[in-house]
Amino acid sequence: MHLSVSTILQTIMRPVIQVSGVRKTYGKTVAVDEVSFEVNEGEIFGLIGPNGAGKTTTMECIEGLRTPDQGTISVLGLDPFRHVYKLQDRIGVQLQQAQLQKRIKVWEALDLWALLYQKKAIDGEHLLEQLGLADKRGAWFMNLSGGQKQRLFIALALINDPEVVFLDELTTGLDPQSRRAIWDLVRGIRARGKTVFLTTHLMEEAERLCDRVAIIEHGRIIDIDRPERLVDRHCPERTVVLATDDPIAEDRFRAVPGVEAVILTDLRFTIRGRGDDLVTEVIRCLSENRIRVTDFRTILPNLEDVFLKLTGHSIRE
Amino acid sequence: MMRGLWKLTWIEIKIFLREPLGAFGTIGFPVLVLGRIAGRRLAPPPLAASSFILVSLPVLASVLIAVSAVLSLVTIISIYREGGILKRLRATPLRPQTILTAHVIVKLILTAATLALMVLAGKRYYPVDVHAPLFSFTLALLISTWSILSIGFLIASIVPTARFAQPIGAIILYPMIAVSGLFVRVDSLPPVLHAVARVLPLTYAVPLLQGIWNGDAWSTHVGDVAALAVLFAVCTALSARVFRWE
Repeated sequence: MHLSVSTILQTIMRPVIQVSGVRKTYGKTVAVDEVSFEVNEGEIFGLIGPNGAGKTTTMECIEGLRTPDQGTISVLGLDPFRHVYKLQDRIGVQLQQAQLQKRIKVWEALDLWALLYQKKAIDGEHLLEQLGLADKRGAWFMNLSGGQKQRLFIALALINDPEVVFLDELTTGLDPQSRRAIWDLVRGIRARGKTVFLTTHLMEEAERLCDRVAIIEHGRIIDIDRPERLVDRHCPERTVVLATDDPIAEDRFRAVPGVEAVILTDLRFTIRGRGDDLVTEVIRCLSENRIRVTDFRTILPNLEDVFLKLTGHSIRE
Repeated sequence: MMRGLWKLTWIEIKIFLREPLGAFGTIGFPVLVLGRIAGRRLAPPPLAASSFILVSLPVLASVLIAVSAVLSLVTIISIYREGGILKRLRATPLRPQTILTAHVIVKLILTAATLALMVLAGKRYYPVDVHAPLFSFTLALLISTWSILSIGFLIASIVPTARFAQPIGAIILYPMIAVSGLFVRVDSLPPVLHAVARVLPLTYAVPLLQGIWNGDAWSTHVGDVAALAVLFAVCTALSARVFRWE
């Protein structure tokens, strides 16, 4: 009896979104090509890549707002193109660059949205409070700040207590504080057993928020996995920087398993190596040799480095 | 099916009234002009007023009300499309026809309100004894507006940006008034214009409005109403095919 980990995971996790071989072109431009992935129930799945990589097109095909030229999509067992209304009743959508009527009031928008869905809506007032919009309930849409508009759109995406929530660049243009508040909110959605599908070009957001990410560039998916596994796979390099005046240190460091380079500048060592164990091995070496250090820090690669490695350029370019 | 229609209609009415020039510009201003300038400065029409003032003027005014309602619809739809509002509404279970119907209802209410105010102002400032069947006339105007609105859908479907909506709408709609039979009898138009006039809703709206104003029975205008209904169905079906949400 040899059950592979993936077989076990597949029996536990139910895919709620299945995308297979999707291609979409606008005229001669190929927006997405051969895009395939699955999103499991209860996870936060991120589609990450630079602007223009095909994130929004992919998301809008899944939401039923666009029809792919090729490929199949299934969301909650429904075909987004043929069962678009049935689907939209069960999902929540936040679109990039959407607007509402200039002079619609915050509470009116929530009130309207609440009525549109078959299922009983959740408490709009509570939602506004959670999103820090309670004192803006009577404000016109046009008078809201960028962050407030964004939070209202998130409220509208959640009002029908959806099974899957789609968030397109949800924290773009927000200050770090609101960004963190919204991350907590998204984690809260997952905690209630919902599935979240989001796009972002912010690597920090993907790393902190997503259970799994798919990296997309030029309309193609390059790799899919948990953020930390992507980092391990593509950027196994680890760096430890420490300060010591112990004369035996340099030789000892060179003998540590996994170490590839030791550079000494002004009593400061930069130790480079590979693998998760590097940091532990360096600490063990320090303790066994009673080497006294006055500074110690680690530099670990992140998704940003993974992206750079996979595409040859930074995500911001 | 039409879930959310009344809520959306009500919200759109409120939004319209919040526009700085919305209610005043479309309803108040024409009435004010009629009252202030025409009523005070011009001498009241002589008793033997020409048939133009007695019949054609009210009909022309009504047609202008209808056309401005249609222009306003074209503009709103194109602004909503350009701003991504239509797209956002579409990403809900809200049906496209519900969104359009809500706007049509708002425009019909607006048309009826403007007409009512014009009649009141007319009665106040023009001591002309008019015994027109106002209820029937309002109904005829609403039917006409409804039908012309379908041309508005078509225009709204093809205008590229909100900036072009108003001028393109005006360029298409105002010449329709010229060939509608209000000034020149449709029969006496050159053949090409005659053929064009035959497929325009205003050509049927004008005799309907004139007839009802003069006290004709509805039964004498079944043909006009039927033609308006057919044109509405055709234009709506066409615009449903070419309508763009973004």
